[in-house]
Amino acid sequence: MKTQIIIAIKIFVLFTILLGVAYPLLVTGIAQLAFPEKANGSLIVRGHKVIGSELIGQKFDSIIYFSSRPSATDYGAMPSGGSNLGPTSSKLKQLVAERAAQFTGFNQLPPSETIPSEMLLASASGLDPHISPKAALLQVERIVKARNFDDSKKQQLLKSILELSEVPQFSFLGEDRINVLVLNLELDKLDNN
Amino acid sequence: MTTLDIIQVLLFIALLIGLTPVLGKYMYKVFTGEKQFMHPVFGWLEKLIYKFIKVNPDEESNWKSYTFGLLLFNLVGFIFVFLIQLFQAQLPLNPANLPNVSWHSAFNTAVSFMTNTNWQGYAGETTLSYFVQMIGLAVQNFVSAATGIAVIIAVLRGVSRKNTDKLGNFWSDLTRSTLYILLPLSILFAVVLVGQGVVQNFNANETVQTLQGAEQVLPMGPAASQIAIKQLGTNGGGFFNTNSSHPFENPTPFSNFWEMFAILLISAALTYTYGKMVGSTRQGWTIFSVMMLLFVTGLAISLYGEYSTNPVFGHISSMEGKETRFGITNSVMWSTSTTAASNGSVNSMHDSLSPLAGMVAIVNMMLGEIIFGGVGAGLYGMFVFVILTVFIAGLMVGRTPEYMGKKVGAFEVQMAIIANLSTSFVILIFTAWAAVSSYGLSSLNNAGPHGFSEILYAFTSAAGNNGSAFAGLNANTLFYNLTLGIGMLIGRFGVIIPVLAIAGSLAGKNITPNSAGTFRTDTWLFAGLLIAVILIVGGLTYFPALSLGPIIEHLLMNSGITF
Repeated sequence: MKTQIIIAIKIFVLFTILLGVAYPLLVTGIAQLAFPEKANGSLIVRGHKVIGSELIGQKFDSIIYFSSRPSATDYGAMPSGGSNLGPTSSKLKQLVAERAAQFTGFNQLPPSETIPSEMLLASASGLDPHISPKAALLQVERIVKARNFDDSKKQQLLKSILELSEVPQFSFLGEDRINVLVLNLELDKLDNN
Repeated sequence: MTTLDIIQVLLFIALLIGLTPVLGKYMYKVFTGEKQFMHPVFGWLEKLIYKFIKVNPDEESNWKSYTFGLLLFNLVGFIFVFLIQLFQAQLPLNPANLPNVSWHSAFNTAVSFMTNTNWQGYAGETTLSYFVQMIGLAVQNFVSAATGIAVIIAVLRGVSRKNTDKLGNFWSDLTRSTLYILLPLSILFAVVLVGQGVVQNFNANETVQTLQGAEQVLPMGPAASQIAIKQLGTNGGGFFNTNSSHPFENPTPFSNFWEMFAILLISAALTYTYGKMVGSTRQGWTIFSVMMLLFVTGLAISLYGEYSTNPVFGHISSMEGKETRFGITNSVMWSTSTTAASNGSVNSMHDSLSPLAGMVAIVNMMLGEIIFGGVGAGLYGMFVFVILTVFIAGLMVGRTPEYMGKKVGAFEVQMAIIANLSTSFVILIFTAWAAVSSYGLSSLNNAGPHGFSEILYAFTSAAGNNGSAFAGLNANTLFYNLTLGIGMLIGRFGVIIPVLAIAGSLAGKNITPNSAGTFRTDTWLFAGLLIAVILIVGGLTYFPALSLGPIIEHLLMNSGITF
C-alpha cells in the first residue's frame, strides 16, 4: 500500500514535468520558430499600433464599414460566448425580426430581399470574423453612398470583395466566406487613395 | 446539402476506416512490447521512468491491485489540480492576475479533468491561470486518457489469457500509452494547428484598439499544445470559453477537420487493437461496424434536423450558435462526433441546435459513450454491452453464454449490470432532482421543454464523462458543481471498477475451444443483436425523459410555438 502511494506520487511528478512543462515548451519552441506570427495571434499592425487579429472578429456597426455578424458578447473576447438560445426561444424570434428590419433599413434594401442567415443569427464564439460574400455585396450600395465613392471606386470595391472572398479550403473544406476586418481595412485603403 | 458537404462527410469516414488498422496495429505492438518505430525516440525515457519509480514493468498484478494503483494515481491527480486552483493567485504564470477559484468550482474542475470528462463550469480565459491550465489541466488531459487506454488493455488481457489472475502492470500501461501514443500524436497535431493559426505563446493578453475605436482584449496562451491532447484524448476541455468555435482555438476549416478527426482516431483504432489482442481482427471489425452504423445513423438524423427549416424563425438556415467558416455540415459532423466519442469539445453551441440534432447528441451520450467513445472508455463500455448481448443470446438459445471461449457467469453479468445502471442512475435521479428544485431551475437559460433539455443534457454529459453542454445552463453554482462532480465520479469509476472485475474473473477461466454450438461474436447476426441490446438496454431507459425534452420540443417547434 505504502509503496503504491509512493509510486503514484512519483510518476505523477514525472508526468507533470514531462507533459505539463516539457511538452508545452517544446511545442511553443517549434511554433515560435516555424510560425511566429500565427503562434502569437495573427495580429494586424497598422502604423505602429496593433489594431486586432485577423482571426478575431470586431464589432462593425458604423455606416462607413461592412457590418459584422450579431454577437452575444458584442465582440468582447473576455470571455467569448454564444447566445445559447434554443430553437423555440421567443427571445431569439424577436431578435431575428429586429435584426432583419435593422439590416434592411440600414442598407436600404427592398423588403423582398433575402438576408443571409448569418446576419440575423449570432455566432458560436461571439467572435466570428467572417460573413458570407453575399452579405458583403448587399452592403455595398450603402457604403458607396456613405463614402461618396464614384463609379470607378465602386468597381474597385466590388473587385476587392471578389478577391478577398475565401472559397472552401483545398476547394472542398468549409464554406464561402469573407473576413470583415480585412475587407474594411481594404475599404479604408481604397478611400485614402 | 451540397455535393461538397457530402464529400466532406465521406472523406472523414473513409479516413477513419483507413487509419484504424494502421494506428490499431501500432498500439497492439506498443502493449505487447514489440519493437515499434517510436521505441528509439522514447524508449530511454520509458526505462528512466521505471527506474525512478522503482517498478519492474514485467511484474504483473491481479485485477484488485491493478484497480487500486489506478485509483490511487487518479486521486493524486485530483488533489493536485484541486489545490493549485485554490491557490492560483499565489502561483506563477498568471499574467492576468486571476483570483483563486471557489472550492466547489475547483472540486468540479478537478473531478472533471481527472475523469476525462472536461466539463467546464468556468470560462477558461477569465478564470484559470496559464499555470493551472498547463501544469494542472494539460497533464490530466494526457493521464486521464492514458488511464482509459490502460483499462481496455487490461480487459483485453483478461479476455485473451486463461487460468491466471494477472491483468498487467498499470504503471507500465500508463507510461506506454502516454509516451508512445498520446505524446507523439499530440506534438504532431499541435504543430499543424499552430500552422493554421492556433495561438501558442506565453504572452499576456493583448489589448487592441479596433478599427471602429473600441477596446478589445485578445486572450493569449499556450493553447495549441492543450487543444491537440484535448481532442486526441477525448477530453474536450477548451482553452477558451467557447472551445473549438473560438477562432484562436479552431481558425480554419482545415484545423476543424483535423481536430474533428482527432476526436475519433484513437478510439476507432483501438477496435483493431482489440481484434489483434483477442486473436481475430474480425472481432474488432465487427465492433467497429456496430459503432460506425450507429454513428452514421445519428449523423444522418442530425443533418436532417439542421437542414430542415425552423418555422419559428421563417426561412433561414440554422446558423445560430454556428461559425461562418464551418457552416452547418461541419458543425453537425462535430456535434455528432464529439458526443459519440466522449470528447465534449464543441465548434457550435449545442444549446442552439435543432431539437433533432440536440437529441442525437444526448442519445449518443446516453447509450453509454460507446459509439467509438472515449479513448479506451468507449471500448470497455462496448465490452459491457457485448457481455450483456452474449448473455441474452445465451438465454434465448438455452446454452451457457460464452465469449471468446470463456463461460460468462452470474458474476460477469452482475458487474455488467452495475456498470450499466450507474450511468442511468446519475442521469435520471439527478435530472429529476434539478428539475423540481429552485436551485436547479434558477440556472436555466431557456424556457419550456428546452429548459428541461438543458438539465438533462448536463447530467447525461457528466454521467457519460462527455463534458459538452447546452451551455446556456449556468452550471457554476454550488448545486451543479457538486451534483455534476459526483455524477462524473460515478460515471467514470462506476464503470471502470466493474469492468476490471469482469476482466479479472475472465482471466481466471479456462478457454473452451469453439464447437458447432458456439454462438459466434464476429458475424452480422451478432452485430445486429448487439445494436438491439444497445438501443433497448441503453436507449429505452431514457425514452420518457427524452419525450419531455427534445421530442416534444420538435413537435412544438413545427407548430411554431415559442417560449
